[in-house]
Amino acid sequence: MISVLGAGVAGFCAATALAERGLPVEVIEPEDAPDPASRLAGGMLAPFCEGETAPETVVQMGLGAADWWEAHGADVTRRGTLVVAPARDAAELGRFARATRGHDWADPGDLEPDLAGRFARGLFFSSEAHMDPRAALARLRDRLVARGVRFHPGPAAGRIVDCTGMAAAAHLPDLRAVRGEMLALYAPDVAITRTVRLLHPRFPCYIVPRGGGHYMVGATMVESARPGPVTARAVMELLSAAYAVHPGFAEAEVTETGAGLRPAFADNIPAIRRTGGRIHLNGMYRHGFLAAPALAEALAEELQQELAPCVSS
Amino acid sequence: MFYGIELTSRLMLGTAQYPSPAVLREAIAASGTDVITVSLRREGPDGAAFRQILADSGCRILPNTAGCHTAREAITTARMARELFGTTWIKLEVIGHADTLQPDPFALVEAARVLCADGFEVFPYTTEDLILGEKLVEVGCRVLMPWGAPIGSGQGLRNVEGLRAMRAHFPDVPLVIDAGIGAPSDAARAMEMGFDAVLLNTAVARADDPVAMAAAFARAVEAGRMAHTAGLMPRRDMAQPSTPVFGMAELG
Repeated sequence: MISVLGAGVAGFCAATALAERGLPVEVIEPEDAPDPASRLAGGMLAPFCEGETAPETVVQMGLGAADWWEAHGADVTRRGTLVVAPARDAAELGRFARATRGHDWADPGDLEPDLAGRFARGLFFSSEAHMDPRAALARLRDRLVARGVRFHPGPAAGRIVDCTGMAAAAHLPDLRAVRGEMLALYAPDVAITRTVRLLHPRFPCYIVPRGGGHYMVGATMVESARPGPVTARAVMELLSAAYAVHPGFAEAEVTETGAGLRPAFADNIPAIRRTGGRIHLNGMYRHGFLAAPALAEALAEELQQELAPCVSS
Repeated sequence: MFYGIELTSRLMLGTAQYPSPAVLREAIAASGTDVITVSLRREGPDGAAFRQILADSGCRILPNTAGCHTAREAITTARMARELFGTTWIKLEVIGHADTLQPDPFALVEAARVLCADGFEVFPYTTEDLILGEKLVEVGCRVLMPWGAPIGSGQGLRNVEGLRAMRAHFPDVPLVIDAGIGAPSDAARAMEMGFDAVLLNTAVARADDPVAMAAAFARAVEAGRMAHTAGLMPRRDMAQPSTPVFGMAELG
């Protein structure tokens, strides 16, 4: 038996990859477990954009993510990512273009008529995608349950695959929290159909359409383990960035605010670690939905090979 | 000499905006810096993990009050920094306007007065204004940090003559060019002009390759300092041939 601890994106992807290889799996969700940070994710499947700051390893991990999620029941919207910058920060676009690949220059108004005339030019990452991360996780859970995987509060009966994010910090001394804050907006007057990233030297933000006039706006990056609710500063920054993309957001209803702690290693690269008799899948940082599928498959592959002799005997 | 401390490197490095702490660590090593600055206003006491990474670098920490808009906010942040880092050094920033990030000279002097009296060793982020510099020295600052250009703008030394005048006006006060440096040549020029050090962040942190850029700045700062010490030749309005014209052969 393999006991997956944690019901966030890392845990569900790991359980899925293991179960699909025919390995016996259970998922442990303690009743007092905090909400997983993945609930607050943007759901961008944007490996090339992430490559602006993330190393090539992360880009590679993310290349197959959209296909993986689609194959696992998620409604993946493949409309690419549009990157824009306010006129006075136009130089940021050149820098972003230099630091990434997989893009073409585009007139933002051609792609998103609602943005016509607002930005002289933009970068279009046509192969990227997005999805609703909560819906995607719910689908994974349903599929695991359908396969007979048991979800329970513990105790764990098998070999431990720890996917508990910051709750695993005691086992992973170099794991740190990077606080992120997000907003959900209902703006029926705004029609944006793909992820839009606004470059700004101080307040970069992204807007992910959730359909039906709903948008997710994220996300701050603060080197802090403070767990509390979203700060006024974060709300001001995110809203002013959203407003800079489209003034229609001024009339939006703020339907949700959220703050969570991203687990991150010093190099900000998600990783599989083996320590103290446990296998950890952690350090998802801002790449959970992008990197968890590839890491989960790699982990399942390793475990299948390790366990193969036992199965045959 | 900064508050009695002799540094081996004249480059000070900010720690924000790096792709990861791992890259930051490598950039610090490549820059050869002795002093790194870190902000606290937003991260607060819960930023312990990141602070530990900075402490592990072995560099002297110069906490800053970036993001503070009033003297009172800056004083509170400085006191928190003293507690968290166990240092009396503080880079004092009191921002007058969130958009331009220009220092508020009145609040700056006020905060500096309180902090100096409280035993802090204050590194005030200021402009090239001479009277403002004098007031800061008067309240107890023994280092001044004039800007090269607005924070994060990368414009280099925007008022070279003003900075030259400041250097001449404060011959015995260590002066550090803080903010606005975009290219290693800007840093080299500041050092050639006789400034004691430069402090920068964005130019390294947001480079395509921060580690290589940190090394580039280290060399520029060293070259500029060496040139200043070696004595730069004066500029002239006219060409001055290095061989005498008199007695030259007439060809053809």
